Amino acid sequence: MSDWTLFEVFVRSKHGLNHRHVGSVHAADAAMALENARELYTRRSEGVSIWVVPSAQITASSPDEKEPLFDPSDDKVYRHATFYDLPKEVGHM
Amino acid sequence: MYAQLVDTGVKRVKGLDEMSPEERNFQEKIDAEIKIEPKNWMPEAYRRTLIRQMSQHAHSEIVGMLPEKNWLTRAPNLKRKLQLLAKIQDEAGHGLYLYSAMETLGADRDEEVAKLHSGEVKYSSIFNYPTRSWADMGTVGWLVDGAAIVNQVVLQRTSYGPYSRAMIRICKEESFHQRQGYQILLHMMREGTEEQKAMVQDSINRFWWPALMMFGPHDGDSPNSAQSMQWKIKRMSNDDLRQRFIDQTIPQLELLGCTVPDPDLKWNEERGHYDFGEIDWSEFYSVLKGNGPCNRDRLRTRRNAIENGAWVREAARVHAEKHNKADVA
Repeated sequence: MSDWTLFEVFVRSKHGLNHRHVGSVHAADAAMALENARELYTRRSEGVSIWVVPSAQITASSPDEKEPLFDPSDDKVYRHATFYDLPKEVGHM
Repeated sequence: MYAQLVDTGVKRVKGLDEMSPEERNFQEKIDAEIKIEPKNWMPEAYRRTLIRQMSQHAHSEIVGMLPEKNWLTRAPNLKRKLQLLAKIQDEAGHGLYLYSAMETLGADRDEEVAKLHSGEVKYSSIFNYPTRSWADMGTVGWLVDGAAIVNQVVLQRTSYGPYSRAMIRICKEESFHQRQGYQILLHMMREGTEEQKAMVQDSINRFWWPALMMFGPHDGDSPNSAQSMQWKIKRMSNDDLRQRFIDQTIPQLELLGCTVPDPDLKWNEERGHYDFGEIDWSEFYSVLKGNGPCNRDRLRTRRNAIENGAWVREAARVHAEKHNKADVA
């Protein structure tokens, strides 16, 4: 099986939702990966759509970069609606 | 327990003050219930122990299909046959979820399967017992999957993210297995002939002790538990899990109108738990060493399956290559 490709599997559980990563499968090609993913991850109507992507094609951020990548947004509280205090008379906004 | 006696390779559990900064940071995350993800730093022993535990767990799911396939062609009717087929397909699925999670640690699936075939890595002792009657399909679902659920429910909170997510999926599906098993037995006990009722009791007699062995040795004889608990890849002790299983199973047994082959089993008002007799540990270790009733047969069947399927995998690879070339041209 080592000469087969490892594919990551993404399933859309309902129309209107995003595809979500659910796991991986081995397959000789993408068509087979789709079939395997269907058997493995949607045996109980868990999905309406499947994506398969060769794992090697995914570029991921490194955990070491977590701080430089994500910390800068911590001090930008003004990007959140709750930052803006408005008088009660304004009502729901 | 689908993984028994998982060796951590660690002699003594370190305290926070003895750890390197990396180890301490790692342990503090675990203590704070923050999941460890594939690319995070982790001690080598944690990674190796997890691969061992998850591969054992996956192998158990895969080998666990064999005692059940024994009754596929002899199920009493089409409904039962379809249910059994669906359950067996789930077991294959559970094995694959776990192999997939294991691969996120850099393990190679083929290498791990080869270790199973060479006997280097084990699978749960329970699957080395034969399934002699149709009632065994009920008992396996009720007791064996029931014991597995008790263990796996706790493992949903295990510290390694991909393992925890696989366990959550598996637990959702296991409850169908246990209910279908129990229903087989209940049906035989309520609607069956005297002979069929006797078949149920015989089946429970054979599977009761092996099911209790699934949780592994006593806590005092489980040298790797302390490290696995610190890493939270084990979350409750073997004896506590076993007690929980017995406490929840006995009322179901009484509803069936059956008994278990343990004269010492009785409710202990003071403890709020059932007392039970001593397990025959020599049987447990003997089965684990490879000398159970079906060990050789199970491994032979697995090896044959892989070897006889080689041409299919090869054909799929060549077919894919041919089409890749055609696409490029």
